[in-house]
Amino acid sequence: METAWFIIVTLMLAMYVVLDGFDFGVGMVYPFIARTEAERKTALTSIGPVWNANEVWLIAAGAVLFFAYPKAYAAGFSGFYLALILVLWLLIFRGLALELRAQVDHLLWRQAWDAALNISSVLLAIVFGTALGNLIRGVPLNQDGYFFVPLWTDFLPGSAPGILDWFTVLLGLSSAVILAFHGANYLAMKTDGFLHQRAVAAARILGWMSAGYTALTVMAVPMVQPSLALNFTRNPVVYLAPLIGAISLGYSLYFRLRRRDTSAFLASSVFIFLMLASVMFGMYPYILVSTTDRAFSLTVFNASTDSYGLTAGIGWFVGGFLLILAYQVYLHSQFFGKVRSDDIH
Amino acid sequence: MTSALLYDRLQFAFTATFHYLFPQLTMGLAFLLFYLRTRVLLTGDTHYEEVANFWTKIFALNFGFGVVTGIPLEFQFGTNWARFSTYAGGVIGQTLAMEGVFAFFLESSFLGVLLFGKRFSRRVQWFATLMLFVGTWLSGYFILATNAWMQHPVAYQVADDGRLFVTSLSGLLTNPWLFWQFTHNMTATVVTASCMVAAVGAYYLLSGQHQAHAKTFLRTGVVVGAITSGLMIFPTGHGNADQVFQHQPVKGAAFEGLFRTEREAGLYLVGQPNLETMTIDNPIEIPGALSFLVYKDLYAKVKGLDAFPRDEWPDNLPLLYYAYHVMAGLGTIFVLLFGTALLSLWRGWLFKMKWLLWWLMLCAPFPYIATSAGWMTAELGRQPWLVYGLLRTSEGTSPLVHSGNALFTLIGFVGLYLLLGMLFILLVSNLIRQGPVSINLSATHLPQSPGA
Repeated sequence: METAWFIIVTLMLAMYVVLDGFDFGVGMVYPFIARTEAERKTALTSIGPVWNANEVWLIAAGAVLFFAYPKAYAAGFSGFYLALILVLWLLIFRGLALELRAQVDHLLWRQAWDAALNISSVLLAIVFGTALGNLIRGVPLNQDGYFFVPLWTDFLPGSAPGILDWFTVLLGLSSAVILAFHGANYLAMKTDGFLHQRAVAAARILGWMSAGYTALTVMAVPMVQPSLALNFTRNPVVYLAPLIGAISLGYSLYFRLRRRDTSAFLASSVFIFLMLASVMFGMYPYILVSTTDRAFSLTVFNASTDSYGLTAGIGWFVGGFLLILAYQVYLHSQFFGKVRSDDIH
Repeated sequence: MTSALLYDRLQFAFTATFHYLFPQLTMGLAFLLFYLRTRVLLTGDTHYEEVANFWTKIFALNFGFGVVTGIPLEFQFGTNWARFSTYAGGVIGQTLAMEGVFAFFLESSFLGVLLFGKRFSRRVQWFATLMLFVGTWLSGYFILATNAWMQHPVAYQVADDGRLFVTSLSGLLTNPWLFWQFTHNMTATVVTASCMVAAVGAYYLLSGQHQAHAKTFLRTGVVVGAITSGLMIFPTGHGNADQVFQHQPVKGAAFEGLFRTEREAGLYLVGQPNLETMTIDNPIEIPGALSFLVYKDLYAKVKGLDAFPRDEWPDNLPLLYYAYHVMAGLGTIFVLLFGTALLSLWRGWLFKMKWLLWWLMLCAPFPYIATSAGWMTAELGRQPWLVYGLLRTSEGTSPLVHSGNALFTLIGFVGLYLLLGMLFILLVSNLIRQGPVSINLSATHLPQSPGA
């Protein structure tokens, strides 16, 4: 049961990154590739009806983490205090930008919110990548199960780590590049005309950069956290997940060249999903690895709620999850295909 | 109180109070919008459709501010209250996760449909509004279930390591405390929304614009507002007070300002609690009224603060006392105002009574003050407990987040929310100035309709 909820949390987080990831990606690239006001409106309308529902995956994943592993939630959220509050502030700006830009018809107003959306999207993508880096590297948990990491120390992933070090910064940049690629793929799929052409051109460059950053990350992970490979060594068949992930990235680039926009977007979704799932598989059963003493680590077994709670939760989660799928399929199907001019306002 | 604890408390109180300014209108308006959309669906009335579209715009703006200010609350359980989360996560994790899974996805998905679905039929718009109504009220239900458990813990057991775990999910979701808390709180959201709708109607009528719409706003707001503001006092307000005196007598004594245990205890309408002398200064008192309200007996003995050890008293007594009196006082004023307005509407005078329209217009901010004061009553009155009778607030903070960090983020939130508040007022005034006619979500359906 503890393991089942680990899979559920992983699934929800991966859904979040795939879905809200393209919102961040669009936020990162649109000011550069959408030049006229009409193009910008089209770009923003492509994510307008869906971004809020996408963001909910993060909120719900956080709440499910709280429910299933209260100790890990408490330790992680208080330990990354400054970074998490920063995420909150950035999410506020991102949400406001998307909601308020169309409210006032004035050039300066729109430019201000364009900047706010762009900067918050870039920073959020970096921060989320950095967060993943911190999970992989580990944090200085003490024997009471708490830790506190400053924003940076000496930028080395040693025994006194900060949130930012060379490894987590590398993951942050990879995350920004990959999500920008994903967002450009999304825009290419949802638009036509000049905007479409520029989105395709941006996606090509970003796709190659994604491949480069992915290669660097894959090389860096064993240097910082060699034990991530243990689960794979025990179950070599799971090596297929990151392998298929990498092949998906290749396919995404291939579809990009062949101008098959929807396939390229789906391939980048599969790539992101599988890479995250692979990391979580490697982490299992650890949620927070202690750099102080391995024994202080929080795992799915010592951080979880009791078995009644976990079992009762499965009951309502299955029903709730089917409902979520129904809403999301309905929502995305209603806005499927190119952005329609009558949706723009 | 250590400074970190103070900043943690101020930050949660500030962000929660500010956040709740938005969802109360969201939930109340969702109820009214569902009524309006149903009417549009059944009668095909374009006037009501314009009314519904106008309030959908306000709803959406308001919903957006509610979303962005709501995320920090969910995160703060972990960031600032880590020991509380570890201790009680085995219980309240259930309700919070259920809120995420059952309410948030529903709301956010159908908001997208409602806002970007100009091309959708009336039936789809009606359905999306229904789903938003259900989603926002479910969200309220799960949050209130969480709070009700903190006020009145049920269905839990203490594990060997001292943490709490839920023993019965249905017991948690049907906490007896929840019934009056839910009815009182949700009725209050409808009062806020009705007051807002009536106030905008009064503004249009007084300034001579959008007369037809203004009258519909006023009719809807006044009728619903009169019913709901009455329900706030009886039975829901009374039911809440009853359960406080039954289960949290020290809270009741504190918010009534009853320092000494008395027979024939009086009800203070006005007065300032004096902690030096343990009396109420400048009191205006109805003798015996408190005894009567609590025990239906003018001469019954009501326990005062002196019946409880000092370290179980709520730690900010005067603020709690004022919060309660502001809530109860405003609640009474709303009944009088909406009662008068309903009577005038029924007699057909309301639209000509300028002074009453002025009162209805100026009333708009006061439901927000009343609900904030009501929540302060509930939460300050829960002190010094975080989970009533089980965990003290001072034992719930994050052990390693020091006061410098907490103050830094508190200042950041205050600055950011100041900006948000200004933006909201600017944009909502903008929408009200544009008026209901120029905003037509379904213009594509009604190419021939006049005024579209």
